[in-house]
Amino acid sequence: MRLGTTISRTFVAMMALVAVAAIDAPVRAQAPTTAPNPTADSVNEDLLFKQDPKIHGRISIPDQKAANLIQPQGREWRLFHEGWMPWIGAAAILGMIAALALFFFTRGRIKLEHSEESGRKILRFNGFERFTHWMTASCFVILGLSGLNYIFGKRLLMPIIGPEAFATLAQWAKYSHVYLAWPFMLGIVFMVAVWLRDNIPNKIDWQWIKAGGGFIGKAHPHAERFNAGQKVVFWMVTGFGTAMGITGLMMLFPFYATDINGMQVMQGIHSLIGVVFIAAILAHIYIGSLGMEGAYDAMGSGKVDLAWARSHHDLWVEKEQAKTASGPQLRPHQAPAE
Amino acid sequence: MARMKFLCDADRCIECNACVTACKNEHEVPWGINRRRVVTLNDGKPGERSVSMACMHCTDAPCASVCPVNCFYTTADAVVLHSKDLCIGCGYCFYACPFGAPQYPRVGNFGSRGKMDKCTYCTGGPEPDLSTIEYEKYGSNRLAEGKLPLCAEMCSTKALLAGDGEMIAQIYRERVIKRGYGSGAWGWKTAYRETVAI
Repeated sequence: MRLGTTISRTFVAMMALVAVAAIDAPVRAQAPTTAPNPTADSVNEDLLFKQDPKIHGRISIPDQKAANLIQPQGREWRLFHEGWMPWIGAAAILGMIAALALFFFTRGRIKLEHSEESGRKILRFNGFERFTHWMTASCFVILGLSGLNYIFGKRLLMPIIGPEAFATLAQWAKYSHVYLAWPFMLGIVFMVAVWLRDNIPNKIDWQWIKAGGGFIGKAHPHAERFNAGQKVVFWMVTGFGTAMGITGLMMLFPFYATDINGMQVMQGIHSLIGVVFIAAILAHIYIGSLGMEGAYDAMGSGKVDLAWARSHHDLWVEKEQAKTASGPQLRPHQAPAE
Repeated sequence: MARMKFLCDADRCIECNACVTACKNEHEVPWGINRRRVVTLNDGKPGERSVSMACMHCTDAPCASVCPVNCFYTTADAVVLHSKDLCIGCGYCFYACPFGAPQYPRVGNFGSRGKMDKCTYCTGGPEPDLSTIEYEKYGSNRLAEGKLPLCAEMCSTKALLAGDGEMIAQIYRERVIKRGYGSGAWGWKTAYRETVAI
């Protein structure tokens, strides 16, 4: 009885197996006769690189950034930073110095034109404006030099002073770069706050540009508080300053906003804008000091010669005089009329 | 002189992380820094492989090229080392490294990363061989004792190979021919601009 049941059960099971095998037959026929090939679908470096520029996996340690196995983009960033950046930087800065020298030797210093108003002073920038300018400017100089040190230090300075002294200097340069970035960014915010309203482009700027800004020839085109050239400097400083701040913060706080490739791009943008920024500020320093007589006083004492103001910022002087009952001669304690 | 390299035979690696632990213990690597790590690719899918990765001691190393203070040097055994006295913690080597080897004691701390740390191929640093100061800064110097890196030496499946590039490539080649498959020498193309031809 029990044997019969077992036999019949076995028979049914066998029949079922045969049926399954019959359905399965075409599939089975294609399968290998030996053990399955363990690499038939194993991952492979070339294939993974075709899917994604990086090879990324899973990692069991808490540092999830380490799950990136290979990022060959590091080699590209190296090519940019060591192959291109020194040349771009040198071309931008030396090119600007050469252009300014050429301008100085052909055009010469732009002289102060004397008039019956010479000797009288008008307040151009108040204390807070000058503080903002010089805080940002002094930070910029140190940021610029310590930034250039990342590119040119080991090429120019290290052979002269030796690796140990240079490493100490570079360490301090790095500290100053990351810490002075903060007052610099604050300075950019202050600049926007105090000078934005005088830097909105208008039709007068177009006339000024068409007249060559007075750089070519003797004519002085009309200008308000800031002429088109100064407005370009304002927008360049605030725009580049913001870009430098954002890209710099991405590097100061790694992995907060970008991955490794993002930081490589940020560093590239930071260094490219950096050298252009330095070159542009060289021109700004030139025209504010050596290039134009009377211009430095605006950021020095804050008060400029009325004759200078009349020839370079005629519309601004008219506005100031209209506003001030006592005429153009402001007493120092008075707030600037704008 | 040998040209020292690492080769991870991913078809043998079982992701036991013994290499990681051995490295951390041998060099008393600070908390938060992993000179060696194991990454699993295609995790949980058919064909999953694990690869043990550390500094590959590249030919024409990108880290050394981008360093703004030139703190890297290559030993006679082609091991890429650096001086923690010269390092300023700028992070450039970390951007340039294809293998994520350089790490810093203070990664997210206001840009003051501290001195970079990475795999030394168990070769210490610029200080005198086997000195206390060398051990404190860079960990032990097994090569000076005539030994190979501990991670590879104690790999239970002998997946991780360390030694002269030609020799470990030959071992790997023989394995692949004998067993009939191999997923390749991971990272070699990026690090050495060559791969192990079978």
